[in-house]
Amino acid sequence: MPIKVLVAKPGLDGHDRGAKVVAMALRDAGMEVIYTGLRQTPSSIADAALQEDVDIIGLSILSGAHNRLCKKVLDAMKERNIENKPVFLGGIIPEEDYENLKSMGIVDIFGPGTSLELIAKRIKEIVKK
Amino acid sequence: MLKNNFLEVAKKISVIENNHSKAKEIIDGLPEKSYFVVGITGSPGVGKSSLTNIIAMKFLEKGKTAVLAIDPSSPFTGGAFLGDRIRMKDSASKGVFIRSLASRGSVGGLNPSIYDTVEFLGRSGFEYIILETVGTGQAETDIKNIADVIVLVLSPGNGDEIQSMKAGIMEIGDIYVVNKMDLPGAKSLYAKVKSILELSNKNNEVLLTGMAYKETIYDLFDKINIELGKKTHRNSVKNKREINRLLNVVLKEINDNCLNCESLEIIYKFIREDLNEGKKS
Repeated sequence: MPIKVLVAKPGLDGHDRGAKVVAMALRDAGMEVIYTGLRQTPSSIADAALQEDVDIIGLSILSGAHNRLCKKVLDAMKERNIENKPVFLGGIIPEEDYENLKSMGIVDIFGPGTSLELIAKRIKEIVKK
Repeated sequence: MLKNNFLEVAKKISVIENNHSKAKEIIDGLPEKSYFVVGITGSPGVGKSSLTNIIAMKFLEKGKTAVLAIDPSSPFTGGAFLGDRIRMKDSASKGVFIRSLASRGSVGGLNPSIYDTVEFLGRSGFEYIILETVGTGQAETDIKNIADVIVLVLSPGNGDEIQSMKAGIMEIGDIYVVNKMDLPGAKSLYAKVKSILELSNKNNEVLLTGMAYKETIYDLFDKINIELGKKTHRNSVKNKREINRLLNVVLKEINDNCLNCESLEIIYKFIREDLNEGKKS
């Protein structure tokens, strides 16, 4: 059965080219990708992840608010008892924040220049676990 | 009960989608309930998801409502991009349960486990189930086997009246909607659809709708409810839905135990055609 992925953009950032490129690449890698569209609240992302029963969630953040937004999404997931679903992150994330984000529970972070093949491969590995 | 058990419902739909022998177990374990299925169909981009968003919110005022939105799977990679949810933010935040499904090789505009999924939602307490098909071409008419009411959505710019005289999709609507009424050509399409329906002696409702004119969509909602109220028709749909669901179960079970099932597929197709024929007369 295909892997189900939610690709979501939390917060007030209107640039979704990256999210769309990743979504299309995952589609081409044989996954079922649900895209939420721009400017989603953490709770609506968690609701979508719950109702769609996805295997993994990808957040795309370019606004600089990644620390705060990731925490809010993870909290909203916890409230809904779906904190077992892995969350990965993409966008403009300074390396000094990686550690904090990973300790929060973000499973992987893909910065600019990451190959699409690598993202698809990592997702398959993470979901298999 | 539902808000809390959305998680359970969501997980069970995954099981039903991926493991049909467990599907039977899950469905048989729940008591039968009565529910309504509204089908929204039409070509890609005519506005099915946006209309569904508003109609689902109206149904939510009457009872628990779920939306199943189907988008195509790639025949090459098996992957899918499911984008219907983007248009349904309002109804999602109000408490409508929304699930996107990939068509997974099904050619009739639905999803291979759709009969089971709908029955499961019905038995889980959803009174109104809105089924949005993939953006259809001309022949994806499977929705006829499952929906109590079918809304066929059209929009201007998709060909002249010859297109609407062709067999298939244009025959299945209970209500015809010309959406995007503010675009040029909408009124003339409306008039053409009306006259084509008259040519085949049908007096179905034809409505003009537009997202900027909410009252036109509330009117569509009222018309859907009038159709749902026609009881005799509903009983026959209910039987048809159940027979199709059971046929699917049988076919899948036989498929599991036999290597070459091409002939079975053909037999199944005949049974189904026969069934649909019988209901018409």
